Amino acid sequence: MHHSISVYLLVAAAVIYLIRMLPMTLIRRDLKNPLIRSFLYYVPYVTLAVMTFPAILSATGSSLSAWAGFLAGVALAYVDGNLFRVAICSCGVVYLMELFFC
Amino acid sequence: MAEKKRSLYTGEENRTWFLKGMRDGIPIGMGYFAVAFALGIAARKAGMSAVQAGIMSITMLASAGQYGAITVIAGGGGYLQMAVTTLIVNLRYLLMSCALSQKVDPELGLGHRFLLSYPITDEIFGIAMTVPGRLNPFYNYGAAMVAAPGWTLGAFLGAAVGAVLPRRVENALSVALYGMFLAIIIPAARKNRIVAGIVAVSMLCSFLFTRIPLLKDISSGMQIILLTVLIAGGAAILFPIDEEGEGGDGNAS
Repeated sequence: MHHSISVYLLVAAAVIYLIRMLPMTLIRRDLKNPLIRSFLYYVPYVTLAVMTFPAILSATGSSLSAWAGFLAGVALAYVDGNLFRVAICSCGVVYLMELFFC
Repeated sequence: MAEKKRSLYTGEENRTWFLKGMRDGIPIGMGYFAVAFALGIAARKAGMSAVQAGIMSITMLASAGQYGAITVIAGGGGYLQMAVTTLIVNLRYLLMSCALSQKVDPELGLGHRFLLSYPITDEIFGIAMTVPGRLNPFYNYGAAMVAAPGWTLGAFLGAAVGAVLPRRVENALSVALYGMFLAIIIPAARKNRIVAGIVAVSMLCSFLFTRIPLLKDISSGMQIILLTVLIAGGAAILFPIDEEGEGGDGNAS
């Protein structure tokens, strides 16, 4: 069966929008339950941490450059926290490591 | 009722938040450009044109989600498989949307809620949640106005000219996304010891999930959902936030 890329994109875009839209429009009041509130407060940190590590270690050409990029990112984020500077610093460290050591 | 909604925010406030959102959106947009570039290269390999890669990016605005979709296209899977895969890989947005619904004024109108839903990404959600108190939706609009074009243009160019990029540059660009994630979680971990512990546990468990037999066979999208529910759920039971906890970053260590 032949599949059209346009239909693929339409299906994926519709699903993604619905996922984002339904809670936002259906939950129209403040949830009082402290357990749910705490859960939602912790969600982003867990999700981002899980997505970052260990995936970052296999994102580059070698695990050495990846580790260097990861540690540089953690260190700069600890003292700075600017999204762009941290991202660029990680990229730069990976590039230099691969240039000189890999 | 309409009167009441209108008076939620003044035009002056909205303008200020929109501009602030655009300013904070610049680093996100630049990071997105780099990451989307890599995504465009993958889209091209799956048989998509540069225009399709661009349309995909502006309509979905999702990193891991788009990778999932590209994988399905490359494998020639069915439309149902596409729907299920995007549902699972993007399920964290459902949780983020729940969290965001608690961050806006309960009186916020439906139109704003429809608009706010579109740019729920890891980064825009991340910065929106660090705003003290209630969120003015124009902050997210400003950020999206800068970030979405960066994401779209990056994917378009990646698909169009990505093949000519040197391997080393491509490798370096592929950590940009993770750098941005770190810039969201590490400062929060520094301010709050519980968040720090949760981040460490999350990374450790995620690492174990790639090593332990059986667990490592679970798809990465499903791993993210499982670990998020288990760890955030466990943390909520063990360390419930106090009433002001939501402005959590305000608590001076």
